[in-house]
Amino acid sequence: MSWLTNFVRPKIRALVRKTDVPENLWDKCPGCGQMIFHRDLEANLRVCPQCGAHMRIAVKKRLELLFDNGTYERAELPKVEFDPLKFRDRKRYSDRLKEAQSKTEEQDAIIVAHGLIGGLKAVVAAFNFDFMGGSMGAAVGEGLVAASDLAVKERAALIAIPASGGARMQEGILSLMQMPRTVIAVDRVKEAGLPFIVLLTDPTTGGVSASFAMLGDIHVSEPGAQIGFAGARVIEETIREKLPEGFQRAEYLLDHGIVDLVVARKDLPTELAKIIGLLTKQPKQEAA
Amino acid sequence: MPTFLDFEKPIAELEGKIAELRHLSNADDMNIAEEISRLQVKADKLLRQTYSKLTAWQKTQVARHPERPHFYDYVGALVEDFVPLAGDRSFADDKAIQGGLGRFRGTPIVIMGHEKGTDTTTRVKHNFGMAKPEGYRKAVRLMELADRFSLPVVTLVDTPGAYPGVDAEARGQAEAIARSIEACLKVKAPFVSAIIGEGGSGGAIALAAANHVIMLEYSVYSVISPEGCASILWRSATNAQEAAEALKLTAADLKALGVIDEIVPEPLGGSHRAKDQAIAALGDAIERALQSMHNQDGPTLREQRRDKFLEMGRRGLSA
Ligand SMILES: [Zn+2]
Repeated sequence: MSWLTNFVRPKIRALVRKTDVPENLWDKCPGCGQMIFHRDLEANLRVCPQCGAHMRIAVKKRLELLFDNGTYERAELPKVEFDPLKFRDRKRYSDRLKEAQSKTEEQDAIIVAHGLIGGLKAVVAAFNFDFMGGSMGAAVGEGLVAASDLAVKERAALIAIPASGGARMQEGILSLMQMPRTVIAVDRVKEAGLPFIVLLTDPTTGGVSASFAMLGDIHVSEPGAQIGFAGARVIEETIREKLPEGFQRAEYLLDHGIVDLVVARKDLPTELAKIIGLLTKQPKQEAA
Repeated sequence: MPTFLDFEKPIAELEGKIAELRHLSNADDMNIAEEISRLQVKADKLLRQTYSKLTAWQKTQVARHPERPHFYDYVGALVEDFVPLAGDRSFADDKAIQGGLGRFRGTPIVIMGHEKGTDTTTRVKHNFGMAKPEGYRKAVRLMELADRFSLPVVTLVDTPGAYPGVDAEARGQAEAIARSIEACLKVKAPFVSAIIGEGGSGGAIALAAANHVIMLEYSVYSVISPEGCASILWRSATNAQEAAEALKLTAADLKALGVIDEIVPEPLGGSHRAKDQAIAALGDAIERALQSMHNQDGPTLREQRRDKFLEMGRRGLSA
């Protein structure tokens, strides 16, 4: 290769990219490598039109997609103590929190919303992966408790939608304590005779998968979602085992009897409404 | 002599010297006897000084000490008529979680806990105390048994964490842990947990959602190991000492946070230096806790347990 290709071409490319084709207009499909025009990808609910790979979707988009006519009401969540351990690694946790809050314009990694899905009452507790990887600390636990209380009060189904790497380690032991706490929360919904459905999305691992997220009456998953307890890298590094094809993906969990069904994103509202309708003995709704 | 930890080197040197002198000494040599007792005083003082200001990382090392009393040491000393119970009834018997029926100071109980093993053979057999799904499912079965017969439950927690492996994932590790936490919270009987060594993350809380949670003075209990935390947040496992401090994983920290109910003091230099004394002290604490719940009915105890854990995280260190 000549010096020209090495040094000049990247410069020219950079120039072209900046003026004509800003890179954020295109997304590369992690499944098939296809470049997809941003607007097409959004219109297709961030699912690759070529191979069907489901990419992560913003939490508010997801709520719009699930609720009838895209309308829902948000529940206000109780405040919890900010940075309970005064945790600091290379950076202060309080600074990380503030950054995440200004980036997402949300208080923490969970949104609790209620409304109708297929005409049936539902409370949704949805994780925001963009907020510190959807990690679960006291505020997220509080969100699940609030969502459960609301479902019981409204006699609505509870749908939890985890998208989380696990516990928020900057809250130390208090993040671990969100595991029993959220288990109690969802058990109260179940004890009230209401459906508790978990929609597992990419990723659902660690302390989130090992608590409320594995206690649903029904476990639905999006295609290809990573679901498991230990991170794949941890398993590879500590145990030095070769990971099987498709390990910890939704389809693998379906095969191993851990999720009930894998449902494409566009079919989720219909499928969830069908499940809630059957569990709560609703008369059959005629398709509009 | 015990196995010495890194930070105990000066103590190890003194005790080594003492052992050497004892070996040489003939009983009549007053000079040597005097020297031995002089060194012993010095060693004891140094041990007391060292242990009065252990860092979080040093406590982590004590909690993992290979000679620290483990599940079977406690069961052997505290439980009569022990009937070991095996298996999850569907796949296997996980040796990392042991349990059974027994009589604790007269009272029939269900006792279970992680067993780490004491030498290479038994450590491998018990998988270093790292359970797989069948271990947690056995725990669920035992808790349901306790519930059915209204027997108090005692759990002894000592695990680096749940086993991270392909087979464990394939059989639903996350689901098994979740069910085990749920089972803890459903038992309609007194439930006491003691963190006797390492309380490693999900693998620990799976057995520890109890009415009364005890920690031994030098045990640790954390959402992630200091090494794991350091490698993620500091991008290097060598920052484990800082991570241990930041995580607030010592018994004193957890008591201050309201996450545990009681700290049981350990013998000077850690439980491994005076096992009988350490085991008896924990036995006394468990007995007191069970006694305090003696007059309460099962459903009330269950509600109290749930109310306690529902509050977790509503306050931090500043409250
Ligand atoms: Zn594709």
